[in-house]
Amino acid sequence: MTAPARSGTGARLAEEARAGSRRALSRLLTAIESRTPAAEEALRALYPAAGGAHVVGVTGPPGGGKSTLVAALVAEARAAARPVAVLAIDPSSPVTGGAILGDRIRMQQYASDRDVFIRSMASRGHLGGLAGTTAESAAVLDACGFGLVFIETVGTGQSEVEVASIADTTMVVQAPEMGDEIQAMKAGLLEVADLVVVNKADRPGADRAAMQLRSMLTLGVEADPADRAPDPDRPRPKRPAVLLASGLDGKGVPELLAALDEHQAGRAHAQRPHAARIARARAQVEGILADRTREALWSSKRRAATDALMERVATHELDPYAAADDLLKSL
Amino acid sequence: MTARPLKVLIAKPGLDGHDRGAKVLARGLRDEGFEVVYTGLRQTPEMVATAALQEDVDVVGLSILSGAHLTLLPRICELLRAEGMDDVLVTAGGIIPAEDIPALKEAGVAEIFGPGTSIGEIATFMRENAQSRA
Repeated sequence: MTAPARSGTGARLAEEARAGSRRALSRLLTAIESRTPAAEEALRALYPAAGGAHVVGVTGPPGGGKSTLVAALVAEARAAARPVAVLAIDPSSPVTGGAILGDRIRMQQYASDRDVFIRSMASRGHLGGLAGTTAESAAVLDACGFGLVFIETVGTGQSEVEVASIADTTMVVQAPEMGDEIQAMKAGLLEVADLVVVNKADRPGADRAAMQLRSMLTLGVEADPADRAPDPDRPRPKRPAVLLASGLDGKGVPELLAALDEHQAGRAHAQRPHAARIARARAQVEGILADRTREALWSSKRRAATDALMERVATHELDPYAAADDLLKSL
Repeated sequence: MTARPLKVLIAKPGLDGHDRGAKVLARGLRDEGFEVVYTGLRQTPEMVATAALQEDVDVVGLSILSGAHLTLLPRICELLRAEGMDDVLVTAGGIIPAEDIPALKEAGVAEIFGPGTSIGEIATFMRENAQSRA
């Protein structure tokens, strides 16, 4: 159905996208989502130009107001004439593969603004709150001059923390009335937050929710000073600030953008690339490694041998670890 | 690499406030395995064209009940062409009198689905007529 990409298609798309063609950028993002050979060629060309953008992950439970808050942050950034891109991920159906991508609905006032680029992505079976190609898509937007890239995850539960591995700054959006302080003590999502935002601050109970979160996130930390020498073998949870904001009426949004900028600025002074960037590199390389391994195992040349091995595991003739070791050796 | 799902934009241009049909269609197409970008009510032609461009959709499905179809739909087709998206399939649905259909087709709308069309018919038309784009 899909014509094979001509060699050079990817390089041409990359060049046009960097030169400002939104059509080429959009086509390129489609190629990346579908992992075509052209996408790989384009990414190789664009990668050296990326790395300058501030990638902000926005995550939190469904209905917490992530899209509305992102729209308000985009407005704030545009008021300062900063080019902004948004990648908004919604879940794909595990049954049909279909998806409703509905985040754009909150972000429509920028139709005539070339410096705002909003793209929805279906998760396509990827777990963790993102699509499998979100990091690559963000790199393309970065290389095309969007200095601020928001990644809005699918509405997450308590442990979809993948976004923290590809964002420079991770912002967890909570709404008032999302549970008592024990919720804030649980491991998971809140631990990867660089910033926690209690959204819908226009509603009653927001102040109280922020206070509870703040007190739980800092519980006992006076006994554990922040300036203690870091021990790489014993990572410490982050201590995020808790901010109040309302995506609906814009209250607290300028302060929120300033806090995001400040977090990024703290990064810029660091000697080595920050752990988040290393984590991003690692996630990308491991992802590609897994894809390449899978491709190699099921290539026409090896398929029969791989199938035969699977059969031996299925009949318990061979254990799965031995099979995996065999395959790794044969690669 | 498997064939990617068809990506469809469902939008309601203009000022009528009735989006039940558009929602039923968006939901139905999701169940047909399409990726549906839903932007909802009160879209300007510019909003529709920008969304189609940024999302790189294969199909734009427009629902319109206000009677302004002869103004809005040709304008959307024109904006899409201006953005180089002449390969995008444009379809429309809603309340559109039969005598207006030739003018809309002339303007670039591939098909008009009236009340009573099944989701299955619409999905089949989209699958068969959307250009496969690498």
